[in-house]
Amino acid sequence: MGVEARKPPTQIALKLRRALGGKAGWNGVAVQLVFGAILAWIAYEIISNARTNLETQHIAAGFGFLQNSASFDVNQTLISYSGSDTYFRVFVVGVLNTLLVSVIGIFFATLIGFVVALCRLSPNWLVSRVGGLYVEAIRNLPLLFQILFWYLAVLAALPNPRQSVSILGSFFLNNRGVIVPSPLAQPGLVPFLAMLALGLVASLVLRSYARRALFAQGRVIRIWPYVLTLLVGLPLVTMLVFGLPFSFEFPQLKGFNFAGGARIIPELVALTVGLSTYTAAFIAEIVRAGIQSVHKGQMEAGSSLGLSRGTALRLIVVPQAMRVIVPPLTNQYLNLTKNSSLAVAIGYPDLVSVWAGTSLSQTGQAIEIIATTMGVYLLISLFTSAVMSIYGWRLNRSLGA
Amino acid sequence: MTLARLNPGRDTVPDLEMTLKGLKPMKRVTLALSLALAAGLSAQAADAQTLKTIKDRGTLSCGVSQGLPGFSSPDDKGNWTGLDVDVCRAIAAVVLNDPTKIKFVPLSAKDRFTALQSGEIDVLSRNTTWTVSRDTSLGANFTGVTYYDGQGFMVKKSLKVNSALELNSASVCVQTGTTTELNLADYFKANNMKYEVIAFGTIDEAVKAYESGRCDVFTDDSSGLYASRLKLTNPADHIVLPEIISKEPLGPMVRHGDDQWFDVVKWTLFAMVTAEELGITQKNVDEMAKSDKPELKRVLGTDGNLGEQLGLTKDWVIRIVKAVGNYGESFDRNVGDGSPLKISRGINSLWTKGGLQYAPPIR
Repeated sequence: MGVEARKPPTQIALKLRRALGGKAGWNGVAVQLVFGAILAWIAYEIISNARTNLETQHIAAGFGFLQNSASFDVNQTLISYSGSDTYFRVFVVGVLNTLLVSVIGIFFATLIGFVVALCRLSPNWLVSRVGGLYVEAIRNLPLLFQILFWYLAVLAALPNPRQSVSILGSFFLNNRGVIVPSPLAQPGLVPFLAMLALGLVASLVLRSYARRALFAQGRVIRIWPYVLTLLVGLPLVTMLVFGLPFSFEFPQLKGFNFAGGARIIPELVALTVGLSTYTAAFIAEIVRAGIQSVHKGQMEAGSSLGLSRGTALRLIVVPQAMRVIVPPLTNQYLNLTKNSSLAVAIGYPDLVSVWAGTSLSQTGQAIEIIATTMGVYLLISLFTSAVMSIYGWRLNRSLGA
Repeated sequence: MTLARLNPGRDTVPDLEMTLKGLKPMKRVTLALSLALAAGLSAQAADAQTLKTIKDRGTLSCGVSQGLPGFSSPDDKGNWTGLDVDVCRAIAAVVLNDPTKIKFVPLSAKDRFTALQSGEIDVLSRNTTWTVSRDTSLGANFTGVTYYDGQGFMVKKSLKVNSALELNSASVCVQTGTTTELNLADYFKANNMKYEVIAFGTIDEAVKAYESGRCDVFTDDSSGLYASRLKLTNPADHIVLPEIISKEPLGPMVRHGDDQWFDVVKWTLFAMVTAEELGITQKNVDEMAKSDKPELKRVLGTDGNLGEQLGLTKDWVIRIVKAVGNYGESFDRNVGDGSPLKISRGINSLWTKGGLQYAPPIR
C-alpha cells in the first residue's frame, strides 16, 4: 500500500489572506474588512443625508425626469428626435453626437499625426521643417482658441445660403454648412450591399490564404486582381441586374435654407478640424519618438536587403515602433474625446451641451445629470483603453515579445 | 455650504472672456460637486439663517448675468449696474446699511440655479423667468416680478422679413438653458414651421454667431434683444419683429426653507414699487420722512415697527430709496429714457397708470 499524496490545503483562503492581509496575515485581513465596512458606512450616511437634505429643500431628486418630455430642439441628431421626445432621448442624442465627433476626430488625428511624423523624419530639409513648424505652432496654441478660430474666422469668410458656392449644382457650401445630395434607398440596395459584404469577406479570406502561402511555402500570390474583381466587379454586375441601389435627393434653396439633401453643420466641421489638427500635433511627436526608438540598424538592414525607404519603414520599423507608440497614443485618444466637450463654446450639440447644459438647467437636477455625464465619459474612456490594450497585446504577441 | 466659496476672484469683472469660456464646463462640475457635498455633508442643508449669515459675513452674495446691459452689466469702471443689480443693492442697503457691500457672481443661464441651490449666492437676480416648474422642483422661490417681459425675434433688415410667421426654414441662434429655447420650439411647432436651432452657452456667443451670419434670427426676451442690438457693429441694420410670443415675468429667486429671507427679498422689491406709488424719490425722501400723512409715516418707519417685523430696521424703506431710488427711478436710469436702451414703461407702469406693477400694502 503506497503512501497517499497529502491533499494540498485549500488555496482560496490562503490567496485571500495574502491579497488582503499581506505580511500581517489574518490580522491584516480583519483590519481591511473593518476599514471596508467604515467606508461603506460613510458612503451610506452621505447618500442618505443628501437625500433628506434635498427633500427638505424641495429640490427634485431621482431619475423620474428621464420620462418627461424635453420640449427643446437639437440641430444635429443621429437618431430621430423632436421636442416632444423624452429627456432620455436627449441624453442618447448627446452621447451619439459626442461619439460621432470623437470617432471622426480620432481617425483624422491619427492620419494627420502619422503623416506629420513621417514628414518630420524625412531626409528632405524643407519637408522636415514644415513638419516641425506644424507641431510647434499647433501644440502651443490653446485648443479653445483653435476651435473658435475654425468656427468664427472660417464661418465669417463663407457666403450666406443665397450666394452659396455651388459645385455641379448639387453640392453647396455656405455659412450653414456643406450641403450634399442625400442617398435614397432603392430596391437594388439589398442585393448590392449583400454582394459588397460577400466581396469583402472573400477578399479577406484570400488575403489570409496568400499570407499563409507566403510564410509557410515562400510562395508569392498576387491577389489584387482578384480583390478588385470581387470588390468592384461583383457589385457592378449586381447593379446591372437589379438596378441602381440609390437615387439621390438634390438640395434646393427654399426660403432661408436648403431643403432636401443632407447637411454637415459648420459646428461639427469646426470642432473636428480643431480637435484632430490639435491632437495630431501630439500624435506626430509620439510617432516620431516611437520610430526613433527603433534601432537605426533595423533601417540599415532593410536598405541592405534592397528595400526602399518606404517599404522598410512599413514592414520593419513601424511594426516595432507601434509597441512604444500605442500606450501614449491611447492617452491622446482619451484626451481628444474629453476635449470634445469644448463643443459648447461653438454651439455643437454634444453631451455636455444638451445634457449637462440645457437639460440640467431645464430640470435643475445637477447631481444626477453631472454624475451620468461623468459616467459616460468614464465608460467611453475605459472602452477606448480596453480596445487599445487588446491591440497592444496582439502587437506584442505578434512581435514575439 | 462654504465649500463653494473657496473659488476666489468671483467678484471681479469678467474681462477675460476667453478664459471664462474655457472654464465653464469645469465650473458647472464644481457647482454640482459643491451642491452634492453641501447636501451630503452638512447636517442641515436648509439654512434657515440667511439673514444672520449675511450680517455676520458682512457682504451679500448676489447672482447676476454675465453682462446684459440695462439689467446687470459692469460699466467701464467695473461697477455693476442695472435693474437687477439695483434689487441687490436695495437688499444690501436694508440688511447691511451699505449698497456697495455686495459680491456679484456672474452666472450663465445654465449655472444659475445650481449656484443658488448650492448656497454660493444668497439671491439670484438675473433676468430669470418665473415658471411653475422653476418655482417648485428647483428648491427655490420667486419673490416677485422686477420686469414684465416677452420673447421676440431680431433679424437683419436686408432679409425683408416683417413678421415672425415668415420665418419658416430659418436658422435661429439662442442662449441655451433658457425658457426662450422652449418657447421657440413651441412657437414653430404651433405654427407648423420648420427651423434649425443653434444653442450657445452665453448670450455673447449667440450674438456673435448671429452677426457672423450663421443664423438668420436671434431670439431672446425683447428687452434682451434691444440690449444685444446695441452691442452689434451696426445696430441700425437689424430690426426686432413685432410679435411677442411668450410671457416672461422676470424676478429674483431665493432658496426654499428660509421664510424670513424670502420675506425680506420680496418686500424690498414691493417697497420700491410702493415708494414710486407714494411719490417718494431719492431727492425728497428726507422731507417725506417728516410728513404727517399716516401712510407715509408707516412706510418710512416714523410710526410702527413694520421694518423690525421683517427682521430689519425701522428706516428700511428710506435706506432702499436712498440707495437706488424708487422703482420708477431705477427703471428710468437703467432701461428707460435715461438709458441708451430707451425702453418705454409699457406694461411695467404702475397699476395706477395702466401697467402691471402692483405692490400689496405696507401696513
